[in-house]
Amino acid sequence: MKNPQGYWKANLRILFGCLIVWFVASYGFGIIVAEPLNAFSIGGYPLGFWFAQQGSIYIFLALIFFYVWRMNKLDREFDVHED
Amino acid sequence: MEELRILTWIVVGATFALYIGIAIWARAGNTGEFYVAGKGVNPVLNGMATAADWMSAASFISMAGLIAFSGYDASVYLMGWTGGYVLLALLLAPYLRKFGKFTVPEFIGERYYSQTARIVAVICLIVASITYVIGQMKGIGVAFSRFLEVSYEVGLLSGMGVVFFYAVLGGMKGITYTQIAQYVVLIFAYTVPAVFISLQLTGNPLPQLGLGGSVADGTHLLSKLDTVLVELGFAEYTVKKGTSLNMVALTLSLMIGTAGLPHVIVRFFTVPRVRDARASAGWALFFIALLYTTAPAVGAMSFYNLINTIQPGQIGSDTGNLVYEDRPQWFKNWERTGLLTFEDKNGDGRVQYYNDKNAQFESMAESQYNWNGNEMTTIDRDIMVLANPEIARLPNWVVALVVAGGLAAALSTAAGLLMAISSAVSHDLLKGVFMPGISEKAELMAARMAMAGAILIAGWLGLNPPGFAAQVVALAFGLAASSIFPALMFGIFNKRLNSTGAVVGMLVGLSSTLVYIFMFKGWLFIPETNNFPNTPDYWLFGIQPEAFGAVGALLNFVSAWVVSKLTSPPPEHIQHLVEDIRVPRGGGAPVAH
Repeated sequence: MKNPQGYWKANLRILFGCLIVWFVASYGFGIIVAEPLNAFSIGGYPLGFWFAQQGSIYIFLALIFFYVWRMNKLDREFDVHED
Repeated sequence: MEELRILTWIVVGATFALYIGIAIWARAGNTGEFYVAGKGVNPVLNGMATAADWMSAASFISMAGLIAFSGYDASVYLMGWTGGYVLLALLLAPYLRKFGKFTVPEFIGERYYSQTARIVAVICLIVASITYVIGQMKGIGVAFSRFLEVSYEVGLLSGMGVVFFYAVLGGMKGITYTQIAQYVVLIFAYTVPAVFISLQLTGNPLPQLGLGGSVADGTHLLSKLDTVLVELGFAEYTVKKGTSLNMVALTLSLMIGTAGLPHVIVRFFTVPRVRDARASAGWALFFIALLYTTAPAVGAMSFYNLINTIQPGQIGSDTGNLVYEDRPQWFKNWERTGLLTFEDKNGDGRVQYYNDKNAQFESMAESQYNWNGNEMTTIDRDIMVLANPEIARLPNWVVALVVAGGLAAALSTAAGLLMAISSAVSHDLLKGVFMPGISEKAELMAARMAMAGAILIAGWLGLNPPGFAAQVVALAFGLAASSIFPALMFGIFNKRLNSTGAVVGMLVGLSSTLVYIFMFKGWLFIPETNNFPNTPDYWLFGIQPEAFGAVGALLNFVSAWVVSKLTSPPPEHIQHLVEDIRVPRGGGAPVAH
């Protein structure tokens, strides 16, 4: 392990980025600006409604797997990975 | 009816034989296997077990009905009960796995170097879990009694017996493998009718796409629902009815409640490595999302079918409504349970379902349509998922499958919660605090006895339900959100947080949430003891009691931080401990202790 502080800072940066996406997709698009977004549609779904009942869930899923992939890479870069 | 009953017996019986067989095969031999399945569970399988553990009777039976009747506003449950996994994967799971112990109070006790903190965590955990188990026991009892045609008490007792048998015998190892089987049963049972109905209505086999598809006359299903609901005096299906602030608070409460519920967190102790803990949360959400993205389609389509059954013709015309004498068999079946009731208010022998709370529409309907009030006096939301295949005229084996699926959801969650309770009692209270010298064999015995005790308590409360069902679930989430989650997150992300801060924070979060809920729902849920009517006018900033966990968590964070600042920092070795859990390497095998 070379630089634990640097590793933690890099982790926090990735984490914040992910949490911003998490917030915008659900609380933002799904709730706060859902009504204006409903003016657009995706298939037969009003867009805001789609984010609230479908899209946010897909985005959550993509986010976790992105974080897994990014952190596995980071673990290697900082030489803190397991076995 | 006879055929359906035999089919239900066969399907439910076969699935139960499977669960018990697995429990015997995977019997736990030592405490490691009993508590965390020996930490040897593959992340994909662990994700599947977590999904079954997490999705209870509330997800399987209640949620789609809730969506059907509230449309867009029920999105809070969809987002709230899935988004929590992002928080788990990013903020908790990898660090708790690296810490390498068995239970949540154990982490809190060591991180805050305090037996008081550990005991407070045990209290939060037991209260949240027991209340949640009561709800599951009740669900098991109702499902058994309705479909196996026994009394509610007999249904509940047989459910208790099954849970007792495989949870007490198998421990976490048995539970984990049983839950994998239960996941397969429940997801199959949930998606098969959804696929059939989506095909019937929209021609698209994927319910997720079918919900955005078009019905026979070429209009989109959702805009069709919007139109029909407005014509019947309701609000549109796809628009917001509540306030954004309340929706945000409720969603947040459910999300951090998810990330703070001990029976979910403990699943991430059962994987071999830190990186597997991250991936496990992703797999859990994948398996949960299969049901959660299907649920909005089940809700909308079952509701659409229900309205079309009652109102097959033109709204307002003399012959537009269902003739009561010609009502379908499922209508009669559910009438018998009292969960669906009809009253011919205008005496025309036909069924009218519309919004008579809408004064303007009500007077118009009375003068122009000769309607005299909504005649579907009860439609219990919880019947929608169970009635859905019957409404759509699907074959009886599909109906039997849905029953088995609902039971799998309720049983798997009950088992996971019982596991969390028993380990808190035997591992944290007995071995950790009161009897440190206890042998492994005695500890295992104590864990099994604690589990049996919890089943008896939950069963007894389920036999005499104190008049609360849905509130209990909200309370469990609010408690977990406001007490456990902030203590865990602070413990990892703030080295400076000390034991006094953590204990004060947990107590402030827990008590503020409890008091707010009791003020509106009655003290200890006893009716008539509430201080204020439970309506938006009286809520603080319009936040409903179910959503207050988010505020309680905020109070927890703030008070813990302030108190920590005013008292001395934690000792050196605790700061090193926090630095250590932030780095994946060196987690290795479970720590002996």
